[in-house]
Amino acid sequence: MKYEVVIGLEIHVELLTASKLFCGCSTAFGDEPNSNCCPVCLGLPGSLPVFNRRAIELAVTAALALNSEVQLTSRFDRKNYFYPDLPKAYQVSQYDRPLARGGSLEVEFNGGRRGVGLERVHLEEEAGKLIHAGDSIIGAGYSLVDYNRAGIPLLEIVTAPELHSGREARLFLEDLRTVLLYSGVSDCKMEEGSLRCDANISLRPEGSSELGTKAEVKNMNSFRSVELALDYEVKRQEQVLSGGGSVVQETCHWDEEKKQTIALRGKEGSSDYRYFPEPDLLPLVLESDFIQNLGRSLPELPAARQNRLRDQYGLEREEAFLLTANRELGDFFEEAAGEYNDYRTLVNWIQGDLLYQLRESGKQAEDLEPTLLVKLLRLLDEGSINRPVAKELLAEMVQTGADPKKLVRERGLERISGLESLLPLVEQVIAENPEAVENYRRGKEKALAFLVGKVMAMTKGRADPAELNRLFKEKI
Amino acid sequence: MRLYEQTAADLSRMLQSREVSSVEVVRSFLERINEVDPHLKAFITQTPVMALDSGGEIDARRMRGETIHPLAGVPVAVKDNISTMDLRTTCASRILENYIPPFDATVISAIKKAGMPILGKTNLDEFAMGSSTENSAFYPTRNPWDPERVPGGSSGGSAVAVATGMAPLALGSDTGGSIRQPASLCGVTGLRPTYGRVSRYGLVAFASSLDQIGTVSTTALDGALLMSLVAGYDPLDSTSLPDQIPDYSTGLELDLKNLRVGLIRYGRVEGFDPQVTETVTQAASLLEEHGAEVGEVSLPLTDYGLSAYYLIAPSEASSNLGRYDGVRYGFCSDGDSVEAMFSRTRGEGFGPEVKRRIMIGTYALSAGYYDAYYLKAMKVRTLIRRDYEQAFKKFDLLLGAASPTPAFKLGEKTEDPLQMYLSDVCNITDSLAGVPSLAVPGGFSSSGLPIGLQLTARPLQEKLLLKAARFFEEQRQPAFLRPRLEYLEGGGSNEI
Repeated sequence: MKYEVVIGLEIHVELLTASKLFCGCSTAFGDEPNSNCCPVCLGLPGSLPVFNRRAIELAVTAALALNSEVQLTSRFDRKNYFYPDLPKAYQVSQYDRPLARGGSLEVEFNGGRRGVGLERVHLEEEAGKLIHAGDSIIGAGYSLVDYNRAGIPLLEIVTAPELHSGREARLFLEDLRTVLLYSGVSDCKMEEGSLRCDANISLRPEGSSELGTKAEVKNMNSFRSVELALDYEVKRQEQVLSGGGSVVQETCHWDEEKKQTIALRGKEGSSDYRYFPEPDLLPLVLESDFIQNLGRSLPELPAARQNRLRDQYGLEREEAFLLTANRELGDFFEEAAGEYNDYRTLVNWIQGDLLYQLRESGKQAEDLEPTLLVKLLRLLDEGSINRPVAKELLAEMVQTGADPKKLVRERGLERISGLESLLPLVEQVIAENPEAVENYRRGKEKALAFLVGKVMAMTKGRADPAELNRLFKEKI
Repeated sequence: MRLYEQTAADLSRMLQSREVSSVEVVRSFLERINEVDPHLKAFITQTPVMALDSGGEIDARRMRGETIHPLAGVPVAVKDNISTMDLRTTCASRILENYIPPFDATVISAIKKAGMPILGKTNLDEFAMGSSTENSAFYPTRNPWDPERVPGGSSGGSAVAVATGMAPLALGSDTGGSIRQPASLCGVTGLRPTYGRVSRYGLVAFASSLDQIGTVSTTALDGALLMSLVAGYDPLDSTSLPDQIPDYSTGLELDLKNLRVGLIRYGRVEGFDPQVTETVTQAASLLEEHGAEVGEVSLPLTDYGLSAYYLIAPSEASSNLGRYDGVRYGFCSDGDSVEAMFSRTRGEGFGPEVKRRIMIGTYALSAGYYDAYYLKAMKVRTLIRRDYEQAFKKFDLLLGAASPTPAFKLGEKTEDPLQMYLSDVCNITDSLAGVPSLAVPGGFSSSGLPIGLQLTARPLQEKLLLKAARFFEEQRQPAFLRPRLEYLEGGGSNEI
């Protein structure tokens, strides 16, 4: 039997606030464990939560960027469960009255663009972080807990069950990440855990409209592992179903080492979180002006930018895609394009040499001033330097941020041209390479390139190649 | 003259005119505590050194001519579920027996800033769950009018401390009567302010939507002075009310000409002592004689108040008390797994009443039961609020009993939780409605036990309650009667 794969994602994104959702503690990543804590985020007896206005702004901004309908009144609820990383034994979250409902995100899949529906977007607080002694959560001798993360504002985005493969899930996530980065709400670093994804996955006979029994997959720590884990889970469920068995509703853990999903024993099943309205917070009531203002100040989103880059600069589809997906590179391009209107040359340098040098040196586009690249291209256009020199200079600029003009001047890298400079060199090369000269005379064009190359080597690539060609032809 | 018998207002005056020093005042109360507390056990933790230091500091500041708060140097006792920095805050529970908070409750900051020396932390029912202070994990507190009887609860320690002159003022907390019922049973004045009027920041949560810090005092004026200090908006408490506070302590004369008083007709409540009903009726007559308009009011839905309360409060409690798991602070047991450690910590750390309420609340919030219990109770709560709104269209003040009976015997109700829950029946609906409510001494039973009146007003009308309390004081001679503590006067060695 052929099966259709049905996947829904639950994405958690840490919001980029300086302080936590309900207290003034810092949200900095990587600080000394348990150093960014106070009575509120440690849930000490008697402490009470107070909203961080900035977190609400960011959450609303994200919801608007995802076309989700922001609710004028939403409410916070307590999700009760016991776990050592949860200081109050409940998480302040939103249950039946979320911040925003619905929404969609257009994603480029193999079969073309398709909108993926969202169920809801809501705000909640992060738990602390457990560090298990030993290899994994299973069989750890003891665990340590760091509450620095506890109370960081977290956005939960729940998709409709509208994804159909591990690949689709990955593509969706990548696009979602780009949108959230563009909206400025999160740094979306999967490796630091500021973007996390759980998936509900089930199979059903092709053509059926009923959902099959799902498994929940957790612990997928990269886009790649989302794809791998879900593909693995598809195969596993297929085998179970084809063998006449039935899928058990369970929570699985993706094991990155073994590349397989492992059912977590005894943890879930039918958790009853005993949600009820959080009595320590008033319902969140938003003014429609507040929402509209955030909507107006929403930055340009990826889809719009991609179109604009093509229209405004005449870029190819792939180029526009590259400069959108890599937001900093796109910003670099646009800033440079403000001063330099040969967009074709500019984009070629950016997606070619610049991107290469950035990768080589481990730097980011924002580490280099766009105006420096423009200076370099101008030197080239004016004929002040040769192309190989320009490439070398770019490598150095990326490393040190130096001004190319200054480098050229200091090191005397200007192009060498003019009869009095070049003629003695040409004559010297002719005298020293009689064989090549002879070959050229016999009509071997390659021999000319060889002779020009000799002068180039003597001048460290600075001689004007056009003038050299002319001089050799005249002299031979 | 015994300083410990003075009201806070008088002490304030004497301190300001430098008739006495704060150290002398503090010493007088500490001596009284030494004399009385071994018999009544109102305190869990006494802080004589801290209190004397604080008193000394105030005296020095006064000598230097600094402007200081009128209550500076007047000592206070604090219920032990209010966080005090660097001072053990136990909630009368084994699970927090050695817990020392790293921060002060907002009310404690206010008290310290004003320069009121803290005499100690007073006993309560564990996590404020109870009506007799017998649920303290450490020891019960005894009623000073008859040590065989309970002081009420849960703020029993605060009520006893004030009634016996171990403190001129005390802070308590009231979730479903925990200030008013013990005030009534001990013959003192207890005010539960409007929900949100006093910051809850630092009050260890029992039922967050009901908990409210309030005052225990011998007179209305003293209560007003303390209210002026602790009431007001607090940015650390999202449920705190932004409204400005009035000057509670001046102009406390009640204008009876334009006062409409609703005498509460209780529905089917068992075990109402006829002497209590009689005291309340007399109080109504007294108001009427002085020109108030008195009518009867029935709050039909209040019959369901007790049931609604005993679903909502335990539900919130089951969540609020989840944090006591032994991981971060407080008592911690051991176990082979983290789950076993949680279970044993909570099993050994909590007393029976706390466990009972956690179980009731967990049940009421569970999937499949939520609608029938918690949600229905919340709907009843809304209807009760409407009952009050209706009543306050006709009346400015509601008058009733603060407790259905005078103090009962120790052990009398411990085996029957329902009977114990019924002791709060007069207090609970005010809590559910979030309105301010006050207990003031109304008279005595034939066996000499205090009987309290309960006055209830519209939201934020604490001052009207204090005025009414002041009116009843003025009708009494003397204004405040202390228990005689005969069992002490034979040398203080009488065994209780």
